[in-house]
Amino acid sequence: MNFGFTEEQEMLRAAARRFLDAECPPSFVRRMMDDPTGHAPALWKRLVQLGWTALLVPEADGGLGGSFVDLLVVLEETGRTLLPGPFLATVTSATALVEGDAPTLRAELLPRVARGEVLLALAIAEESGRFEPELPARAADGGYVLRGTKHFVMDAHVADQLVVAARTGDGVTVLLVDAHARGVAITPVRGVDMTRRIQRIHFDGVTVPRARILGGAPLLQRTLEVATAAIVAEMVGTAQQALDRTVAYVKERVQFGRPVGSFQAVKHQCVDMLAQIENARSLAYYAAWAVAERAPEARQAVAMAKAYASDMVKDVTSRAIQLHGGIGFTWEHDIHLFHRRALAQEAAFGSAPAHRAVVAEALPA
Amino acid sequence: MDFRPSPEEETFRKEVSDWLDAHVPADFDPERFEFGMTADERLDWQLAWHRTLHAGGWVGLHWPREYGGRGASLMEQVIFREELARRRLPPGANMLGILLVGPTLMHWGTDAQKRRYLPKILSAEEIWCQGYSEPGAGSDLASLQTRAVEDGDVFVVNGQKVWTSGAARADWCILLARTEPNAPRHQGISYLLVDMRTPGITVRPLVQMTGNAGFNEVFFEDVRVPRANLVGEKSRGWDVAITTLMFERAGLGTDLRFEGVLESLVAAARHVGRLGDPVVRQQIAQFRMEAAAVRYGGWRQLTRRLRGQQPGPEGSLAKLVGSELNLRIAQWAVGLLGAHAQIATNEAGEPPGHWLARELMARAHTIAGGTSEIQRNIIAERVLGLPRS
Repeated sequence: MNFGFTEEQEMLRAAARRFLDAECPPSFVRRMMDDPTGHAPALWKRLVQLGWTALLVPEADGGLGGSFVDLLVVLEETGRTLLPGPFLATVTSATALVEGDAPTLRAELLPRVARGEVLLALAIAEESGRFEPELPARAADGGYVLRGTKHFVMDAHVADQLVVAARTGDGVTVLLVDAHARGVAITPVRGVDMTRRIQRIHFDGVTVPRARILGGAPLLQRTLEVATAAIVAEMVGTAQQALDRTVAYVKERVQFGRPVGSFQAVKHQCVDMLAQIENARSLAYYAAWAVAERAPEARQAVAMAKAYASDMVKDVTSRAIQLHGGIGFTWEHDIHLFHRRALAQEAAFGSAPAHRAVVAEALPA
Repeated sequence: MDFRPSPEEETFRKEVSDWLDAHVPADFDPERFEFGMTADERLDWQLAWHRTLHAGGWVGLHWPREYGGRGASLMEQVIFREELARRRLPPGANMLGILLVGPTLMHWGTDAQKRRYLPKILSAEEIWCQGYSEPGAGSDLASLQTRAVEDGDVFVVNGQKVWTSGAARADWCILLARTEPNAPRHQGISYLLVDMRTPGITVRPLVQMTGNAGFNEVFFEDVRVPRANLVGEKSRGWDVAITTLMFERAGLGTDLRFEGVLESLVAAARHVGRLGDPVVRQQIAQFRMEAAAVRYGGWRQLTRRLRGQQPGPEGSLAKLVGSELNLRIAQWAVGLLGAHAQIATNEAGEPPGHWLARELMARAHTIAGGTSEIQRNIIAERVLGLPRS
């Protein structure tokens, strides 16, 4: 048993931190908020060079063949710096290609995903926010025709390919849909987190040939688990950075002739934030390992981690604003960006009650 | 990162498991042990169990072989604790001696002290208590006023200690006393080993709010302690005391056994017909998650120690989080039980009766070993680097 990272993973973390501190400071994040796409191709090229888009792609497909724990290390750092753009969407969606059953598509696309040439998005949520597919897929010529809408999709507006979950007559299918195919309409939705965009995708009789069928319900479940564990890793980083900034601020801010961080009403809140972050981190690491190893407890571990982290990140980033006082409530100060990201993270891939329900299901009847 | 047990760990777990199954006393009833015994009865039971464990070589797993321990790896200690917890079995007796005093003496004691005390700590032939807190020195431990005045080759001790768990049955005490009243307060304290049978010591049991006599007041009146019983240097005892506190906090949070508590919670919900209620299930699920976080947090701490780091202030975080979770579970459970919750004891051993005892007892953990507020100060200052209040 071992809860530690390897030396390579520690190096990966240090490199990611150096890179993001230099390339993704708050000024860049704010520029991306005002950017029409929120995606900076120049930065994308750099993170591709670092190998991030290749991390989870097997070596045989032109990737690095890393484990999910390697990705967790990177995501804690991207969460810390509120990295804008389609990184999370692309790396998590790639799971459906890596683990799906579409050899031709895989051979054609995965090396390009690893090289950062193909961006992906995950269209699996319904309007209800749930992940049991309702979007109907009507069988036609060995493939399907899609007619309906998917919701809460991250960064589909810059994606080349969409991983779409749909309902067939008697089950679930996961399809890869060309984002530019006839009948696909991607509509931006104004989200709380302006550093990362969400869209609604309407499919108006979109034909999906047989070769683009990736798998069924187990693939959907696995992809959702990977995406959920991934955003949890990001959430830990986001919350940690909100705390670090808060601690730095309350050490400097002087009132009544002393740093406000010397008041117990302030310092005890900081400790309660830390305690929540550390709990979330423990659950996130365990979930990451379970996902990486395809351990039987992965579903429970991921549900526990997301349920806890959802409450945690909302509370920690909200308290961070409180402890900044008036300046924290201004548009100009960066701390609210963390809370906005937190609110989006909380809602993505299942909220706390939804995941707690999964944990509750496993309790004795 | 890897949570699969190695083949060696599997083998060790089987060895532990087989031994425990063969040696668990036939009369062992966890509910009775936890809730149906007086402090004296519980200690007698633990002493008998201790002798069995000691004969089997299972006491002081983490102690080096040269001190009579098993020299077990940290991982083996964890496995042993898990197997005890799975059966809701207590460890043996004298845990204060084995977990705190022994390791402190190994670190700071002279060879003569190690030879004299360690074997009998391990065998529980000598039971230890901890003379730290005083009526005027609780959270602010360094303000303690018990005096030790050097007189030839003895220290003469006068003063009073309080909240001293187990003092009524203890043979020895680790005592903090002030040897230099005019020195800065952290620099005038000495760490002494005191024979509880020395003339001048009076132990007066204090009844806890649970109704049990678990701790005591201890009065010292011209108690003569040989200089040979000084640990570390004279007036440098604060450093020694901190070592003990670190060991204490490293153990406190993770010792709480949430698996058994959660099982009892499910049983209680079932008993009042609420286990099917989604609101109840969501809350139990929440507690299960938090208990898992505490467990994995313990593993992360363990990983740091396996990499050669001593227990540090992160033990305070485990203690804070574990004791507060334990309290919230107990408080929620008495609400769940409704009218049943006010029944103090339940002779039939049905689940509702024990939750009242648990709820009352839960407060002990958020106070003992440094209150939650003190832990927050320690973490704020030593982990987050915030300025002193």
